[in-house]
Amino acid sequence: MSAHIDSVKTYALVFAGLIFLTVATTYVATVDLGPFSVVVALGIAVCKMLLVALFFMHIRHSTKLTKLVVLGGLLWLGILLTLTMSDILTRGALGVPGR
Amino acid sequence: MASQAHVETLALREQFDTEAQQKDASTLGMWIFLITEIMFFGGMFLAYTVYRGAFPMVFAVASSSLALILGAVNTVVLLCSSFTMVLAVRAAQLGQQRAIILFLILTLLLGGVFLGVKAYEWKDKFEEHHIPGPTFHLEGVATDQQGHAQLFFSLYFAMTGLHALHMVIGVGILTFLIFQTRKGRYTADYMTPVDVAGLYWHFVDIIWIFLFPLLYLIDRHMK
Repeated sequence: MSAHIDSVKTYALVFAGLIFLTVATTYVATVDLGPFSVVVALGIAVCKMLLVALFFMHIRHSTKLTKLVVLGGLLWLGILLTLTMSDILTRGALGVPGR
Repeated sequence: MASQAHVETLALREQFDTEAQQKDASTLGMWIFLITEIMFFGGMFLAYTVYRGAFPMVFAVASSSLALILGAVNTVVLLCSSFTMVLAVRAAQLGQQRAIILFLILTLLLGGVFLGVKAYEWKDKFEEHHIPGPTFHLEGVATDQQGHAQLFFSLYFAMTGLHALHMVIGVGILTFLIFQTRKGRYTADYMTPVDVAGLYWHFVDIIWIFLFPLLYLIDRHMK
């Protein structure tokens, strides 16, 4: 078995970090940061996702192929979001002749 | 190793050369399934983003009507369950059968608490007439914009409902694993089902990590 076994301490630290970030994001939501509240909330969510994926889901110790497949999946999600939003957000940008 | 015919075991099926190869194949297969799930949920996140961009003020009012404390508590409960799940996987890697069962049961209980709180929240929504339909009414939103508020709650129920469905399936998987572990099926050499079930459980956790800020938090200060 080539599996790398992390210590309970590592997992406990990651868990503590996740709880801290949850408290932080809940608190920050009550503060008016204007348009940055979205950025902060999603930034914290991405940090939490990375902690869970890298440590709890063992991506740190995964094979290169698995890492590549995961990145590929996120890339496709990025394509879905970026291309759709680039359409939605720019529909009014150019006038339509004859309208 | 590969040259001689080997006795087939759970940890080394005939079609694989080494145990490590079989393990990597299982992990990769699970991740490919999870990526299809990412795209599945991704469509809903996209729909949410589009409509939130279209009706930001109504979405802010609707989002603020959700119970912040319950959402935050549920996030903590789910993170705890991920922690106990990863400890179950660790116990499986070490072949500690009793510890696997203990941590799987803890995970199962925490999953149950999450679903219970979720059900309580939904019950509140019923009583407040926040279920999209003929009797829908959201306070603080003009009459001609009630439809936009219904959009928010349609997305809310679709996304949390789909997430809860995944939790229910996860609970079923955990129950299966507990019984299999009791039979002594998983050892330090072969614990792939526990491992991939862990990946599934953490994935469902990650979905909630994004649902919580998007549905409950982002527009709270705009109220």
